[in-house]
Amino acid sequence: MNVVNNKWIGQRTIRPDGVDKVTGRAAFAADTTMPGMIWGKVLRSPHPHARIKSINTAKAQRLPGVKAVVTSRDIVDFTIEKGAVMLGIQDMRWMCRNVMARDKALFPGHPVAAVAATTEAIAAEACKLIEVDYEVLPWAIEIDDALKADAPILHEFNRFDGKPSNIMGRIESKKGDIAQGFKDAELVIERSFTTRPVHQGYIEPHACLISVAADGKTTIWSSSQGQFMVRAMTSMLTGIPQSDIRAIPAEIGGGFGGKTIVYLEPLATLLAKKSGRPVKMVMTREEVMRATGPTSGSKSTVKIGAKKDGTIVAAHGSFYLQAGAFPGSPIRGAVGCSFAPYDIPHVLSEGFDVCSNRSKVAAYRAPGAPIGAYAVECVLDELAEALKIDPLALRLKNAAKEGTKAAHGPVFPRIGYIETLQAAQNHPHYAAPLGKYQGRGVASGFWFNAGGESSAQVNITEDGNVVVTTGHPDIGGSRAGIANICAELLGIDYKRISVIIGDTQTIGFSNLTGGSRVLFASSMVVTQAADKVIATLRERAAKIWEIDPEAVKWENGAAHPVSPNAGQFEPLTLADLAEKAPSQGGPIGASVQLNTQGAEGGFGTHICDVEVDVDLGIVRVIRYTAVQDVGRAVHPSYVEGQLQGGVAQGIGWALNEEYIYNKDGKVDNPGFLDYRMPVCSDLPMLDCALVEVPNPKHPQGVKGVGEVPLVPVMAAVANAVHNALGKRFYSLPMSPPKVSAALDAPTQQAAE
Amino acid sequence: MPKLHVTTFVNGEPVEFLCEPYETMLDALRGQLGLTGSKEGCASGDCGACSITLDGRLICSCLMLAAEAEGHEIRTIEGMAKGDKLHPLQQKFLEHAALQCGICTSGMLVASEALLAKNSNPTEEEVRFWLAGNLCRCTGYDKIVRAVMETAAEMRETAR
Repeated sequence: MNVVNNKWIGQRTIRPDGVDKVTGRAAFAADTTMPGMIWGKVLRSPHPHARIKSINTAKAQRLPGVKAVVTSRDIVDFTIEKGAVMLGIQDMRWMCRNVMARDKALFPGHPVAAVAATTEAIAAEACKLIEVDYEVLPWAIEIDDALKADAPILHEFNRFDGKPSNIMGRIESKKGDIAQGFKDAELVIERSFTTRPVHQGYIEPHACLISVAADGKTTIWSSSQGQFMVRAMTSMLTGIPQSDIRAIPAEIGGGFGGKTIVYLEPLATLLAKKSGRPVKMVMTREEVMRATGPTSGSKSTVKIGAKKDGTIVAAHGSFYLQAGAFPGSPIRGAVGCSFAPYDIPHVLSEGFDVCSNRSKVAAYRAPGAPIGAYAVECVLDELAEALKIDPLALRLKNAAKEGTKAAHGPVFPRIGYIETLQAAQNHPHYAAPLGKYQGRGVASGFWFNAGGESSAQVNITEDGNVVVTTGHPDIGGSRAGIANICAELLGIDYKRISVIIGDTQTIGFSNLTGGSRVLFASSMVVTQAADKVIATLRERAAKIWEIDPEAVKWENGAAHPVSPNAGQFEPLTLADLAEKAPSQGGPIGASVQLNTQGAEGGFGTHICDVEVDVDLGIVRVIRYTAVQDVGRAVHPSYVEGQLQGGVAQGIGWALNEEYIYNKDGKVDNPGFLDYRMPVCSDLPMLDCALVEVPNPKHPQGVKGVGEVPLVPVMAAVANAVHNALGKRFYSLPMSPPKVSAALDAPTQQAAE
Repeated sequence: MPKLHVTTFVNGEPVEFLCEPYETMLDALRGQLGLTGSKEGCASGDCGACSITLDGRLICSCLMLAAEAEGHEIRTIEGMAKGDKLHPLQQKFLEHAALQCGICTSGMLVASEALLAKNSNPTEEEVRFWLAGNLCRCTGYDKIVRAVMETAAEMRETAR
């Protein structure tokens, strides 16, 4: 791999979908219409926990304009007794119950029926005419309430330690013997932390438009992080075979993990099938906030033991994560990632998956990892303070490197964690002076990254340009990265390359846009397809020149003889060979389908400065630097964009974002006014320092970059607040009321 | 109640449409008028994805009734480029990668254009406070602010 003389890899090119998006032409999920289209609406449970004794839809069905009504009876049931039916990480037993409540409604907002009518207003009116007989049950929202001995049990079949429980599962990562490790320690610090559920906050609400023809042929336009996931889940929940469902990926208006499962598509498909009309469904913001997945709230305890010289000898973490109504909180990320940046001989990391009466969690940027890192990185800050060691030096002393065996299993290959720490130490930010009520914090983070299934086609057009098709929704600029790589490989201007996202019936299976896998996996298959195309181009030139294909090289977008000995021929360009294609063997193109391997984990180290308004309790981030080992920055602007976006989300999580529940067990702030995400005036410029340690297992050295940047943020902010005020906060968000209370409290009991 | 008949100007062109009394300007733009560049992120005036101008003033089209458009002049993202020539803001957003998913981009651009119409030389703080009504969840705003400030500098240079 040539990392020095690249012409296109590393360039800040204009993204292929850019002009459509700055002119308003790009078609997102809610932007599509069809002749004869009608509107679907969902009736949702008002109760946090209720048995559904009966549903009567007769009155709704009689309302003029109503074309179809569906309830859970129309949805394929994956019975609990028959055991798990997995689609990726999702168990369809929970998915079928999440899209439509069966015997019980488990959170306010849980769908209980859906209606399609000629207008949105009639559909909404019809929902009000559906009679649901609920037996309201006691409920539990918070982890502590769900874990009480007499807590209402959401899933009666479940046992933990032999007793009915809301703990749906436990996992652990283990290395060495922590009992021995803590015996060896000269200083042990143990702290407990809580975090609140936060929403991914994508600006585009979930939406779809679905048509089902009389023969069952189904077309879905929707925005998601995976058209193949949409096809598979819709198929499984409706019984329509996958071969009959064409899922077309609309442009996606943000996902961050939250669009890796379906909510509306199965309902709209069934409504379309029953009514014979295309059905459009669009969630309101309130529905998004009440019924789609935030990430888990959590309570964690982290204990770390070290020698006086700063050598960490033992670590124990226990992480309880809210799953919401159904099992599946991201405990794997919390357990596996939290201690991964460090070479610790004795580690036990445990995770507990806890159900309670709130909406089912969905993935959110490095699911689980930021929760774990928040606790671990705050304890490390206390450790550094107690040992009087610089916090970056402490991390450097214990940093994982090539050959370190992580507690979650793998032995690290060449990784760039140490380089991120050194870059942070040497960054001017780290030495900049601070003023009154200002403070600085640092923290690190790790995310697994992912490979998996991807497909690509590279086709040469008749006029000698290139169309690349992949199967992953582009959520943050991946098409630009693919165009850069393809231009590099083929030796042509990137403007001659069109990159599109295929639908489920035109491109081979491609797994979700998630896990920071898209550019890693898709550039791997695109590279292999481009290599095949280049082989064909060399063969064609060889045939025309009547020489051996081995004697032809591909360079600067044209075939050349490898040396004068091979013969004296004028180069044949892509356009020349495309023009001659019909007479030389036909169309030129290649497709590759692969289960990609070799996605190595990513590491980041962040520096955060805050200033606290001690009168109002407002914490403002005034300077931020994110350092990350990004493997190879194929398109540096979109790599920086991932870092900056992740940091902004983390600042929101740290300082303001939380669901507020009322006494009826309902979310009281289901809108952007009261669920306070960072706005432009809340943030400073977000500086990035890209460390490039190429992934040895990838043709361009690519590593996933999208998720690591959220992992360290909350700890970096919390450590900065401590540095500013001398008070530590053990629960998020560090919102103005909480900060004010801590500032007003007597020093010794502050901030608990 | 019968539908209301509205006559107005959108992006300089005369248009007529029928609307329900309760329909918003955003509904009419995206529905009857087929201008789906303005997006609905919240329908409560909190996200700015539906930003348009009414007689030159920046508003959230989700907070305006469609019937109120009668006799006024509305501009949307679709009117920003002149033919195939992008507005300098659109060009700078592309060059700076000031968009990721693109759902907020229409509103950001309309709001930024309204800012530069009032203030050709905004400070970073002025840009940040002006755009505080336009949520972006992807970018952390860094590249957006840079794109707006650089466009302003370039437009001042061109105007000299």
